[in-house]
Amino acid sequence: MKIATAEFIQNGAQPVTGANKIIEVKNVSKVYGTEVVALKDINLDFEAGQLTSLLGPSGCGKTTLLKIIAGLLPATQGDILVNGKKVTAPGPERAFVFQDFALLPWATVLDNAAFGLKMQGKPKAERDDIANHYVKEVGLDGFQKSYPHQLSGGMRQRVGLARALSVNADVLLMDEPFSAVDEQTRRKFQEDLIRLREVEKKTFIFVTHSIEEAVYVSDRIILLSPRPGRVSEIIDPDIPSDIGPDELRRNEVYLETVENIWHGIKKYVD
Amino acid sequence: MTLYGRKIPKMASLVVWLIIWEIVGQLDLLMLFPPFSSVLMAMGEVVTARSFNEALWITASSYALGMGLALVVGITMGILMGLFKPIDNMLNMWVNVFLSAPLSALVPIFMILFGLGTPTVVVTVFMFAVWIIVLDTRAGVQNISPSLMEMSHSFGANRFERAKIVLLAALPEILAGIRLGLVRGVKGVVIGQLLVSIIGVGALFALYQQNFLMSHFWALIVLLFTFALTMADLIGRLEKRIEYYAHVRS
Repeated sequence: MKIATAEFIQNGAQPVTGANKIIEVKNVSKVYGTEVVALKDINLDFEAGQLTSLLGPSGCGKTTLLKIIAGLLPATQGDILVNGKKVTAPGPERAFVFQDFALLPWATVLDNAAFGLKMQGKPKAERDDIANHYVKEVGLDGFQKSYPHQLSGGMRQRVGLARALSVNADVLLMDEPFSAVDEQTRRKFQEDLIRLREVEKKTFIFVTHSIEEAVYVSDRIILLSPRPGRVSEIIDPDIPSDIGPDELRRNEVYLETVENIWHGIKKYVD
Repeated sequence: MTLYGRKIPKMASLVVWLIIWEIVGQLDLLMLFPPFSSVLMAMGEVVTARSFNEALWITASSYALGMGLALVVGITMGILMGLFKPIDNMLNMWVNVFLSAPLSALVPIFMILFGLGTPTVVVTVFMFAVWIIVLDTRAGVQNISPSLMEMSHSFGANRFERAKIVLLAALPEILAGIRLGLVRGVKGVVIGQLLVSIIGVGALFALYQQNFLMSHFWALIVLLFTFALTMADLIGRLEKRIEYYAHVRS
């Protein structure tokens, strides 16, 4: 194996790191009804400033875990700690980006982006100002007055992203944000996400079912196995950060990490 | 529609039907069918008659009152049914029963309960219009994408804001319900007044029929039809303006 520092850590063990933990998942289990165990004994730390992917085949509970972290779903057991404090509901330090965008169809791009700020009670001038900044940052300058139905899927997700960035949360929770956009847009989006990360210095937790996407954008990949959802491996891809996106897709470390994850995941796919 | 490359306005088919009506009427086959021209002439008489203006006022006010009640009760009930499963379980069956029940048969009961006057007509309008509004509103609320509600929750929307989102997100279906309700309400007001038969348009219908004033009778029907269709069309236009909703909801 040529992956120099990739660590493969077994079942639920804690990665040894010195960085500050912004989110801790402690013994979290989720049972739907009485039978379906979606998550079992999940223990994870998420480091500040990193982009961590939750990767796994469908049914592994990755979206469930993300929604529990977001406070949108209650955990059956265990705790979520954000900056050391236990949380059970959504909070301003976490912002969510939805798979189906979840935009208000009757509101303009700017109003959609400003939604979170409006809910926080910020005055109109101020929230429009902030939202406008992020609408530009995600590359939608000139579309402020457009309505969601006038935009393509990729552009709609950019609005969703601007909305999440506007509230200035520490953590961005992204639930398969690019799965509903076409492949070309998706690639562009992934590149933008990497650039955005460098500018915004936020913590990202990113749910995806695409191995390539996870390896491409992540500092750390958490591989979940299905039925019941457990942490099966934690992978830190060690891909040189100074190479461009096109070079990267041909990079040997990148390709081998993808290959390794696929071998780990294959047995769970029916 | 185009004919020989020329665009024909939508109302053109109506003109054809009116010509057929005129011809059948002129043939003098049935006393029940006077030619359209005499209906038109009678319409002038009907509209200027004092009895018509009084009838119109009574009819319009009971219609407005019944519709107002139906809107408030229907939308509230529909939203509650859409949001809360137990309420839906309790009411859904009854809403469907009343929607398909022959409500005209209930009007005599309303007469016993509310007397031979405007209250009975108001209740009839209400009963005709409310159920479709309930059902459409309920469908609209149930169609709201769960992620929109999760979104408002995760960005910290309070109860008031969330209620606003529910209402706006369900608006296309609510408006469709209102449009159908308005048309049903016109049926309700006419049937109510016909059965009570001593007030409003119902009294006029009875008067014209008993005196074999068929031209007047048809004139009144044409007027009521026009009213009902105009109302439905106005709401239809409003619906078109917010049609874009549907594109983004999936």
